Amino acid sequence: MTDAKYPRSEVNLDKCKGCGLCIAACPKKVLVFSPKLNSKGYHYAEYVGSGCVGCGNCFYNCPEPDAITVYLRNYDPEKEV
Amino acid sequence: MKKTMLRKPKGFVDVYVHKAGAEKDRTHYCPGCGHGILHKLIAEAMEDLDIVDDTILISPVGCSVFAYYYFDTGNFQAAHGRAPAVATATSRANPNKVVISYQGDGDLAAIGGNNIVQAANRGENIVVFFVNNAIYGMTGGQMAPTTLEGQVTTTTPYGRNVDTDGYPMRMCEVISQLTAPTYVERVSLHDAPHIRKTRAAVRKALQNAKERKGFQFVEVLSTCPSGWKMDPVKSMEWVKEKMLPLYPLGVYRDKGDEARVITRPVPVMDPAEVWKKLGISAEADVDFPRGDVADEYKKMSIRVAGFGGQGIMVTGQALASVALEYGYNVSWLPSYGPEMRGGTANCSVNIQDGTIGAAEAVKPTMLLAMNRPSLEKFEKTIVPGGTLIYNSTLIDIEPVRKDIKIFPVPITGIADDKLGNIRVQSLVNIGAYAAITGMFKVEDVVKLLPKLFKGKKQSIIDLNAKAVKAGFDYVKENF
Amino acid sequence: MARMLMKGNYAAVYGAAMAGCTAYYGYPITPASEVAESAAALFPKLGRTFVQAESEVAAINMVYGSAGSGQRVMTGSSGPGISLKMEGISYCAGAALPCVIVDIMRGGPGLGNIGPEQSDYNQVVKGGGHGNYRNIVLAPNSCQEMCDYTMLAFELADKYRTPVFVLTDGVIGQMMESVTIPEPVKELPDKSDYAVFGTPLNKNLVNSIYIDHDDLEEWNMVLHRKYQVIKEKEVMYEEYMMDDAEIVLVGYGSVSRVLRTVVDDARAKGIKMGLFRPITLFPFPANEIEAFPERGIKHVLTVELSTGQLVDDVNLALAGVIKSDLYFRLGGNVPSADEISDKISELYGEEK
Ligand SMILES: Cc1ncc(C[n+]2csc(CCOP(=O)(O)OP(=O)(O)O)c2C)c(N)n1
Ligand code: SF4
Ligand code: SF4
Repeated sequence: MTDAKYPRSEVNLDKCKGCGLCIAACPKKVLVFSPKLNSKGYHYAEYVGSGCVGCGNCFYNCPEPDAITVYLRNYDPEKEV
Repeated sequence: MKKTMLRKPKGFVDVYVHKAGAEKDRTHYCPGCGHGILHKLIAEAMEDLDIVDDTILISPVGCSVFAYYYFDTGNFQAAHGRAPAVATATSRANPNKVVISYQGDGDLAAIGGNNIVQAANRGENIVVFFVNNAIYGMTGGQMAPTTLEGQVTTTTPYGRNVDTDGYPMRMCEVISQLTAPTYVERVSLHDAPHIRKTRAAVRKALQNAKERKGFQFVEVLSTCPSGWKMDPVKSMEWVKEKMLPLYPLGVYRDKGDEARVITRPVPVMDPAEVWKKLGISAEADVDFPRGDVADEYKKMSIRVAGFGGQGIMVTGQALASVALEYGYNVSWLPSYGPEMRGGTANCSVNIQDGTIGAAEAVKPTMLLAMNRPSLEKFEKTIVPGGTLIYNSTLIDIEPVRKDIKIFPVPITGIADDKLGNIRVQSLVNIGAYAAITGMFKVEDVVKLLPKLFKGKKQSIIDLNAKAVKAGFDYVKENF
Repeated sequence: MARMLMKGNYAAVYGAAMAGCTAYYGYPITPASEVAESAAALFPKLGRTFVQAESEVAAINMVYGSAGSGQRVMTGSSGPGISLKMEGISYCAGAALPCVIVDIMRGGPGLGNIGPEQSDYNQVVKGGGHGNYRNIVLAPNSCQEMCDYTMLAFELADKYRTPVFVLTDGVIGQMMESVTIPEPVKELPDKSDYAVFGTPLNKNLVNSIYIDHDDLEEWNMVLHRKYQVIKEKEVMYEEYMMDDAEIVLVGYGSVSRVLRTVVDDARAKGIKMGLFRPITLFPFPANEIEAFPERGIKHVLTVELSTGQLVDDVNLALAGVIKSDLYFRLGGNVPSADEISDKISELYGEEK
C-alpha cells in the first residue's frame, strides 16, 4: 500500500455491499472484489493500491453514503480537520 | 471551494438513529440500488449549497419510505402518493425553506398521479425527485405505470400487455405540458457520465429551490436490481438499452431567468389586527330599545314562503338581522329538499328570548305567504291564534282558517306600482311585519339598511327605506 | 361589533380564525362548501393560507403537512369527502398531529343526497380509518357553538396532539343565527418539540411508521393511554329539564334542538321529560348515561338521523339496566317535534 500517495480510493469494507458498481465504473480498473467476505457476508470491493487517478466515478456510482472515500490529488492530511 | 476528498456528504446524518435494528451505519437499500446513488447526490448538493439546515424532505411510500433515516433535514414521512400534497402545505407553512418531495414511480405516477400534476400546476415552490425504476420495488416487483412493454413483473407475469395494462407513462412529458413548472429534466444513473449529469440536474433544482423559483421536477432513470432480478451492473446496462429509448433524456422545461420568485404573505396573528382586518369592532354591542310588543308576538316562529326571486330568503334574513339588533335570539333556516326545485322557496325564522329549539317553523306563529302555492301548503300549519300575512297582489283565493289573524297586503303591488321596483318586496315585508307586531321601529330598520345592503349603491338603500315605510304605512292605514 | 348574523358554516371558520388557524385546505362538497368558501373569503384578509385542493385526499394530506409544520390547520367536508379523508386522518392520528376537521353531514350511503343526516357518526366517532385511534368529536347544535367549539377544537387538538372533529349536519351548517365572535387567541402553543421547521436546531421527524413490532405496540399504548385520559377529562354534555325526568330523550346536533321543543311541549302538559345531549361524542358521556337508572329515569329514547349509530353507544352505557328505544329519520328528513311526541305517547303512553 502507498498510503502517502494521492489520489487514492478507499473502501470502508464493512459498509460495502459488494454490488460491484464502483468496480464497473473505474476507468483504470484499480478496484476489484476481495476474495474475502466482510462482516455482512459480501465480497467487498478493494483498491489495488495504486493507479487511482481521482476521477471519483467509484464514489458517485456507489449507492452507500460512506462505503467509499476518494482522496483527491490535492488532498493534504495536514490541512484536514 | 475545491474538494480535496469525496466522502460521505454532510447532507446525511452521522448515525442513522431513526433506523430500526442494530445496523445504524448503512442504508436499508439493496446492493446496487439507484436510490442510494441519488441520495448521495442530493446530500452532497445540499452540503455544497449550504441548505442542509434549511431543507425539509418528504419521504414517500416505496423503498425510499425511509429516506428520512439518512437526510440531516427536517423530515416528514407521507402517505402513498401524497408527498406533493404534504410538500405543498409544508412549503406554504415554511415559504423560505427548500422542500423536497422524493418519490418512486408507483407513488408519483400511479396512486399519486393527480397530486403531482396538481402540485406542478399550482407551481408549488418544491423540488420533486422522481425515481423511475420501472417497477414497484418495496412491495416485491409489481408493475408500475413506467414498466416497459413486455416487461415481466409479478403482476405482469406474461409481460406488460399494452392492450390491457396501458403504455409506460412519461412523466416529464406530462409535467412539461403545464404552464407553471420552472424546471423539468430527465436524467439517468446508468453510468458515470450520466451520474455526473444527474448530479448537475440535482444541483440546479436545489439551487432554484434555494432561490424560491417554484416547481422543480427531476426524473431519474434508476435501477431496481432486486425487483428486476438482475445483478447491479447488468441493471445499469438494462437502463441504457431498454429504458433510454423510451424515456428520452434531456431538459423538458427551463424557464431560466424568467422563473418567478415565489413569495407568500405573512399571517396576521395579532388579536387586535385580526379583528381590524375582519371589520370586527371591539366596541360593545348596543341593542335598540324595544317598543311595546304584544305578548303573542314575543316568541315568533315565522315561515316565509313564495317563488324563488321574490326575496324569500332575504326577507327571512332581514327579519333575523333586525330582531338581532333588539337583542333577541334569532335563527334563520333555508328550506331543504325537493321544494327548492320548481321555483318555490321557503325559510324559517325564530325570534325570541331564551334558547331556540327546533329551527324549522313546522308550526309557525306567523306565515308570510308570497304566492298561492305557499298559502295552500302552509296555511294549515299555522298555530291557532297565529298570524297570516299574505301577498294579496298575487294570491287570488281567500284563506280558509277562521282561528287566525289575517292581513292581506299587496306586497308585490306596493313594490312594483308604488316604488317601481319589484326587488324591494323583502323590505315591504319587513315594514308590514313591524306594523303588525310592533317589534321593529321603521327608523331603526332604516338605520340598519346600509349594513344589510353592504356594498350596494345609496339609491338602492334609499329605495329600500321607502319600501319599509310603504309596508308599514299600508298596514297602519288598512287594519 | 362582535355580534353577527351568520351561517354555522361561516361561524366555524370565524372560530378557526380566532383560534389562530393559519391554513385551510379543502375541497367543495354540499353542504360543507360554504366552510371552504368562507375560509377563502376570510383567510387571505389575514395573510393566511387557503388552498382548494384537488381532492379530499389531497386536502387531508395538506393538513398533515401543515400540522407537521406546527400550524393550526383545518379542513372541512361532508360524507363522501370524509370517507376519502380517512387514510389521511389515520396518518395524522398515527403521527400525533393536531388538526381540526369540520364534517357537515349529508345523506348517504353513496352519493345519497345533500339533506341533513347523522350517518357519519360511526366513521367519525369510532376512528374511521385503519389502526387503533380515536378522534375527539365535538357536536355543536347552534351557530354560536359552531364558532366556539371550532375554537375549542383547536385547543383540544393541540392539548392532545390529535385530530378533532366538529361534527354537525346541514341544518346547523346552513342556518343563520346570532354569533358573538370570541376574542382571538393571544398566544399559540410552542410546538418545537415535534413540528418540522427546517432549521439548524430543529431536525424533527413527522412519521407514523414503527417497523419493529414492539415499538409499534409501545406507540399504540401511548396513544391508547392518551384516549383514556381524554375519556376521563374531556367529556361534555348538556342536560335540560333532567332533574325530575322520567323520560329522557337523547340526541345531538340539530336533532337535540327539536328534542328541546319536544321537552317543552311535554312539560307544558305536565309530563316529566328531559333532554340529555352529548356534546362530545368521543369521549362519550357514558358514565352520565350509566347513572340514568339511579336518577329514577324510566325510559330513554334516542333520536337520530341515522339507523341507530348513536343508540349503540347509549345502550353500551346503559348496559341493559333499562331498555332504551330508538327513533330515527333518514334521507334528509328531520323529524318534527309532534312526530317525536307521538312516538313517545305510542311507546310510553300508558305511563304519562
Ligand atoms: C394506500 C396504499 N396502497 C398500497 C400500499 C403498498 N405499497 C407500498 S410501496 C408500494 C409501491 C411503491 O413503488 P414505487 O413508488 O415505484 O417505489 P419503489 O419501491 O420502486 O422505490 C405500494 C403499492 C400502501 N403503502 N399504501
Ligand atoms: S459501489 Fe459501493 S457498495 Fe458497491 S461494491 Fe463498490 S464500494 Fe461496495
Ligand atoms: S427493491 Fe429495488 S428499489 Fe427497493 S431497495 Fe431494493 S433495489 Fe432498491
